[in-house]
Amino acid sequence: MKTSVAMSLLILTASLPAQAAEDEADRAARWKDLQHAVFGDRVVEDGNGIVTLDAPARAMDAALVPVTITIDPAAHVKTLYLTVDSNPSPLAGTFHFGPAADPHEIRTRVRVEQYTLMHAVVETDDGRLLSTERFVKAAGGCSAPMGGDAKAALSRLGQMRFRVEATPRQSGVDTAQLLISHPNNNGMQVDQLSHNFIPARYIQDIKITSGDQTVFTLDADISLSENPSLTFGFRPAGAIEVQVEDSTQAVFKQSFTLPQ
Amino acid sequence: MIAARSACIGRRAALLGATGLIVPRSIQAEPDHAAADLPPLMMTEVAPGIHVRQGVYEDASAANDDAIANIGFIVGNDAVAVIDPGGSRDDGLRLHASIRQNTSLPIRYVILSHMHPDHVFGCAAFTDDDPIFVAHANMLPALVSRGEYYRRVLADLIGLDAAGDYAKPNRAITGLQTIDLGDRVLELRAHGVAHTDNDLSIVDRRTGTLWAADLLFVDRVPSLDGSLVGWIHELDALKALPCSRAIPGHGPASVAWPAAADNEQRYLTTILTETRQMIANGADIEVAVDHVAAGERSQWALFDDYNGRNVTVAFKELEWE
Repeated sequence: MKTSVAMSLLILTASLPAQAAEDEADRAARWKDLQHAVFGDRVVEDGNGIVTLDAPARAMDAALVPVTITIDPAAHVKTLYLTVDSNPSPLAGTFHFGPAADPHEIRTRVRVEQYTLMHAVVETDDGRLLSTERFVKAAGGCSAPMGGDAKAALSRLGQMRFRVEATPRQSGVDTAQLLISHPNNNGMQVDQLSHNFIPARYIQDIKITSGDQTVFTLDADISLSENPSLTFGFRPAGAIEVQVEDSTQAVFKQSFTLPQ
Repeated sequence: MIAARSACIGRRAALLGATGLIVPRSIQAEPDHAAADLPPLMMTEVAPGIHVRQGVYEDASAANDDAIANIGFIVGNDAVAVIDPGGSRDDGLRLHASIRQNTSLPIRYVILSHMHPDHVFGCAAFTDDDPIFVAHANMLPALVSRGEYYRRVLADLIGLDAAGDYAKPNRAITGLQTIDLGDRVLELRAHGVAHTDNDLSIVDRRTGTLWAADLLFVDRVPSLDGSLVGWIHELDALKALPCSRAIPGHGPASVAWPAAADNEQRYLTTILTETRQMIANGADIEVAVDHVAAGERSQWALFDDYNGRNVTVAFKELEWE
């Protein structure tokens, strides 16, 4: 399933010139094609009131655009799709929520290559798809070079930080931020000595569990920022375990005990 | 990286420098890059034999040719060292012309203080002098990963030809090393990660002048592209050097040392303290960007262009503490 969606997205982006300045009609057409590539013929409804997507109208750093998705808990959402429509790889992430999830708010950081629509689409337990969109002005995020301290970043590869918010917003629900040190390199930079592309190395899968229950799994891609950050709600059911796999098949695992 | 020399630039510059004559255009076969048409730069001799061009407090643009950094040269008894050849081909050509107005001594060294394009893309104007390009040992790997990006951004602004190019360093500096321009010893210090991860500073022993380059910003807001904690540390070390005068990478051509470091130290420490506070309070990066160092705004030119980015870099570094 994942591979065929990725293939149709590659074909899609190849057919639309990503660098050309787009107008509103272009963007609407692009979204229509993207919807089709990801959801096939399924109806995608307006998610107004159920899902919101927040992002800065004009981003400070196109390689690190913070996005916040809020979801009405009454909607019983099982999946969240996040798109950055005009990126080379527009499906930035797919969250599959498990029993320990509390998907009221998800925050992360994405790369934005050019002025673009972004979409958050939630899938409810009864199979409805609900969408919301946001327009973001940023450019160059996918081809921007790595951060300033290259050696520190590499020496830290795979390390994680996990911080739980001191005051729960709701009884039985914690909110935490997970940071993963990883270049999330998209393979679009050129090595000036060899004139070859610097190989891509990006996170593909993240799995978070609490005790023996899944909080969520995330299918990720090159649109996530370097050193990915994820803020999310969860229902604690034991120690947190995070497992990350990247495109070189490297696996990083770390456990975190929860504060009492 | 520069693959081949540009013969027509070299011939014109050599003719102008060696003989002092302006050769009529009809004699030259090649189309020229109009080195003679580019007026030399306004240089300030901040100390005997040390010449600085103050850059404008602007972001790179077609109008300013990326002449936004302080660049210049030092003249010894036997040779010249360029300190940062400029932000573009023409910036470099104009610096070259300024040098030749001042001396006909050979340009033996081109010292690259760090990888940012406003300091190094003028390299293209100096290849015919066959100098030794000197840089921090980390500069080449940094350019390997970023050079193409910088070239593209600059070319988008002023065109690919006009952008110029960086040169691959021939001499990589670690720790403290010296070069001698003829009874004029320059100390070269390779710093730990600070403004970037490849900062080099120069001390002229003859006059006690510290060419701090982008380790020092005065009046124009600092830009962070390395490590905030590291920069604060390196700045402390520089303040201890027995120099009475410093040359910032952006700011007046010459400032009193170490007094001129105070404002930058305050700015960097403010970002450090306030960002740590934000992180401790669980604030996210967008909130930090909007609030950290807001009180510094009236103190610095180009504040709105850079402070948000500085806070972003600082936040990314400090959230790993």
